[in-house]
Amino acid sequence: MNFVPKMNRRSFVVGTAAAGAGLAVGFDLPAGGPQAASANSVPELGAWVVIKPDDSVVIRMARSEMGQGTITGLAQLVAEELECDWSKISYEYPTPGENVKRKRIWQSYSTGGSRGIRESHQYVREGGASARMMLLQAAANEWKVPVEQCKAANSVITGPDGKRTTFGKVADAAAKLPVPEKPKLKDPKDWKVIGKPMKRLDTADKVTGKQVYGFDLKLPGMLNAAIKESPVFGGKVKSFDAAKVTGMKGVKKVVQVRDTAVAVVADTWWQAKTALDALPIVWDEGPNAKVSSASITAELKAGLTAEQAFVGNQAGDIKPALASAAKKIEAEYSYPYQNHVCMEPMNATARYTADKCEVWVPTQDGEASFAAVLAASGLPADKCEVYKINLGGGFGRRGAFQDYVHQAVNIAKQMPGTPIKLLWSREEDMVQGRYHPVMQCKLVGAFDKDNNLTGLHMRLSGQSILAAVRPQVLEADKGRDPLSFQGVFQSGEHAFGYTVPNLLIDHAMRNPHVPPGFWRGVNINQNAIFMECFMDELAQAAGQDELEFRRKLMSKHPRNLAALNAVAEKIGWGKPAPQGIFRGLAQMKAFNAYVAAAAEISVTGGNKIKVHRIVAATDPTYAVNPAQIDRQVAGSFVYGLSALAWQECTVKDGRIVETNFDSYNSMRIAQMPKVESIIIQSGGDGPWGGVGEPTICVAAPAVLNAFFKATGKRIRSVPLKNHGIELV
Amino acid sequence: MVRLNINGKDHNVDVDPSTPLLWAIRENVGLTGTKYGCGVAQCGACTVHVDGVATRSCSFPASAAVGKKIVTIEGLALNGALHKVQKAWIDLEVPQCGYCQSGMIMAVAELLKNKPKPTDADIDREITNICRCGTFQQVRAAIHEAAKA
Repeated sequence: MNFVPKMNRRSFVVGTAAAGAGLAVGFDLPAGGPQAASANSVPELGAWVVIKPDDSVVIRMARSEMGQGTITGLAQLVAEELECDWSKISYEYPTPGENVKRKRIWQSYSTGGSRGIRESHQYVREGGASARMMLLQAAANEWKVPVEQCKAANSVITGPDGKRTTFGKVADAAAKLPVPEKPKLKDPKDWKVIGKPMKRLDTADKVTGKQVYGFDLKLPGMLNAAIKESPVFGGKVKSFDAAKVTGMKGVKKVVQVRDTAVAVVADTWWQAKTALDALPIVWDEGPNAKVSSASITAELKAGLTAEQAFVGNQAGDIKPALASAAKKIEAEYSYPYQNHVCMEPMNATARYTADKCEVWVPTQDGEASFAAVLAASGLPADKCEVYKINLGGGFGRRGAFQDYVHQAVNIAKQMPGTPIKLLWSREEDMVQGRYHPVMQCKLVGAFDKDNNLTGLHMRLSGQSILAAVRPQVLEADKGRDPLSFQGVFQSGEHAFGYTVPNLLIDHAMRNPHVPPGFWRGVNINQNAIFMECFMDELAQAAGQDELEFRRKLMSKHPRNLAALNAVAEKIGWGKPAPQGIFRGLAQMKAFNAYVAAAAEISVTGGNKIKVHRIVAATDPTYAVNPAQIDRQVAGSFVYGLSALAWQECTVKDGRIVETNFDSYNSMRIAQMPKVESIIIQSGGDGPWGGVGEPTICVAAPAVLNAFFKATGKRIRSVPLKNHGIELV
Repeated sequence: MVRLNINGKDHNVDVDPSTPLLWAIRENVGLTGTKYGCGVAQCGACTVHVDGVATRSCSFPASAAVGKKIVTIEGLALNGALHKVQKAWIDLEVPQCGYCQSGMIMAVAELLKNKPKPTDADIDREITNICRCGTFQQVRAAIHEAAKA
C-alpha cells in the first residue's frame, strides 16, 4: 500500500488530486517545511489557480470537503470565469500556515454555517477571472497583438489570424504578470458551468477504499493513541495506575493529557484501546457529578416563565394583545441534547519537536486547527503547520472545536519526534461531544373574535451555544445570543417568515454544564419544530386550513411564501391524498436560503410512522450544482429525521448515558422517504443562501404535523422513541 | 500470530487471536479502505466478505477468519475492472463524505450476488448500514442500476 506518496509539487500544499492520485500529504516535507516552498515554483495565477505546462488546472480550496460537495461547487465558480477545460481540473488545500504567512490570501477556512459557497463565491469567481485575464495577456504579449483580440475557451486561447495556444503554454509567462484586481464577472445569464450538474471531483477514490481519511493516516515511525477524558464534563484526572498496563503487548507509554484525560500510546490503536480499557483511572468528578436530565429539564422549565429574557424579535405590544384575546392557545415544546456522530470519529495526528509542530487533521476549519496547534505546542506560528485531510463527516463537530487537536499535540509533546495518531473510539466520541443544545419553548397565540391571529409569544428557555463558544458575541450584544433565534429572528439571514401584529420572541438563557455545539442546522432544528408545529396548532384552533392560515401571515415574505407554495402545489395540498396518507407542511428561512417541506406519511397501530414522500423546496438565490443540492436536501432529511425519531443524549451523574449506535440510533435505508427536491433560483444581486443545512429543519415539523392529521395526537418533544413511536 | 488470506494473498499477522478482524486488516495488513464506525456491529462501515458472506469485521475475531477467504473493498475490483456496484456508485455519484461507502458497497455486492434483481423490500431488509450524510436515496437508485448491469 502506498501511503507515503512522494510530493512532487509545492510542498506546502496538501491536496487530493481529483484524478485518483489519492492523498498527497506533506509528511515528507523538506526541512523547513512550508516556509521552504516558493510561490514561484509553479505558475500560480493569483491565489486560486495554478496551471501546469501539461494544461492541468489546480484550483486552491480554503474550505473543507466533508461530503457536502463544496469543492466541486467552488471549482465550478472558478472554472466559469477561468474558461478552463473542466476535465483538467483537480484541487488542493493550501495550508493554514501558508495562509497566515501570505496575509490570509485565501481568506476564511471556516466550513460551517453553510457558508462555503455563499460567502466566497464573489472572490473565487474573481480569482478565476483574474487568472484568465493574465493568461490572455500573456498570449497577447507573445503574439504582440492587443489583448482584446484574444479569447479563452476550454483552456485554449485564440487570437487573430488563426493564432492558437493553450493555458499551459503561456502559464509561466502569465504568472509573472500582475494579478488584476476586481475583474468584471460574467452576467449569470451567460454562465455555462455554474448551475450545471457537474460531476463531483472526489468520487472515484471513495468507492475503492483509496481515499485516506484522518483515521487511515500512516507516517513513518508513527504510534497510535487511545484516550479517555473525564466522563463528567468539568471533571479531572485524580490518579491512574499505569503499571497495570505498561507490560501489555505493544504498549509504549501511558500519559496524562492536560488535567482532564489519560491516553495510552501503543504500536497499534487496538493495543492502545485494549490497554486503556484495562487501565484503572480515578476521576475527580468536580461540581457537576449530580446533574441529570431531570435537573436540566427543571432548570429550563423555570425559564419558561422567568421575568428576564433576551428579546430576539418583537412587534406591537404583546401583553395587551394576550390580555384582550378572544381566544388563547398555549403549548410547550422541548428539544434534547444530540450528538453529531460523524461516521469517522474525532482524530488528529501530531508530530512535535522543539523546532516544529505538525498536525494532520480532518477539520472544518484549518485555521482553528492551526490556532489549536499554536496553543497546545507553545510554538510560534512559523514553527507550526496543519495539513487538512478530507473529513468522514463534520456536521459542525470539527470546526470551532479542536479538542482532539489539543490532545494529539499534548501527547506528541510528551514523545518528541514520534508521530502520534490519536483516534477516539465511538464511545469516546459519544460522551465527549459538543452537543446540540437543549431547549424548551412555551408558545402562546391570541385570536380576536374573528379568528385572526393578533398576538404571538414564543418564549425559548435553554442553552446558548455562543455563550460557551464565542462569549464575545454576547458581550457585544448585552448578553443576548442572537443565534438562539435562528429562523425566528428580527432580521437577516435567519429572519422570521411571518408577520404578526403583536409579537414577542424571547430567550431565557439557561446554560447547563454539558458543552453545546453547532450541530448541522444549529438552532433552526428546534425553532422550526416549535414554530411550525405551533402554526398548525393555531390554524387548527382557528378552524382554518394550515396552508391558508400561514399564507395570510406571509404576504410580506414573498420568498418564504414561494417556497411554501411550491411544496404545497407539488404535494397536492388541498386535493385528496391517497387512502391512509396524511400530509404536513413547514417552512423557514435559514442561512439565507428559503426552504419548505411537505411530507406524506401513513401511521399504523397508532405509533408506526412510514414517511413515504417529502417534497422539499430550497431557494439559495443561485444553484451552483443542482445535482449536489438535491443530494444535500435528501441527506439533510436523514440527519433531521434520525434526530426526530431516535436521538437523545441523556445525562446521568453529570455524564452522557448513550455511548454507541445501539442506544443512539440513526436512520437506515428502510426508513428513507422518497425526497423530491425543488430548487428555486430567485437570482439577483443580493446575498446567496446556503445549502448544506437549511432544509434539515423543515422535515421534522412537516412529519409531526402530518402525524397529528393522522392520529389527532400532537407530539411536542423529541425524540419520538420517548413517545413509543417508531419510524418504519 | 494468525494467517489470513485477504484479497487472494496470504498474510502472517502478529495479533492476539481475539483482535477484531477489522483492526488486523487495517493496522497489521495495512488495508485501510475498511472503516471503523462503531465497534459493535451496528453501523456496517467495517463490512468485508468472509468466504463470500458480508461480515461486520469489527465484531469478528481475526482467529475466526483463519482458513477463509477475506475480500475487502480493495479486492472487490477484479483485474483492474471495477465491480458493477462500484461503477453504479460512480455513475450515480452516491458518496458524500464517503466514509461509510466501503462497507455499504461490500454489503450491496453480497446482496446482488444472492439476489441479482432485489426489490425495494429486499434492499430495506438486507442493507442496514448507517450513513450519516444520508446517501440512501442514491444508494437505492444505484443498487437498481447495478442490478441492470
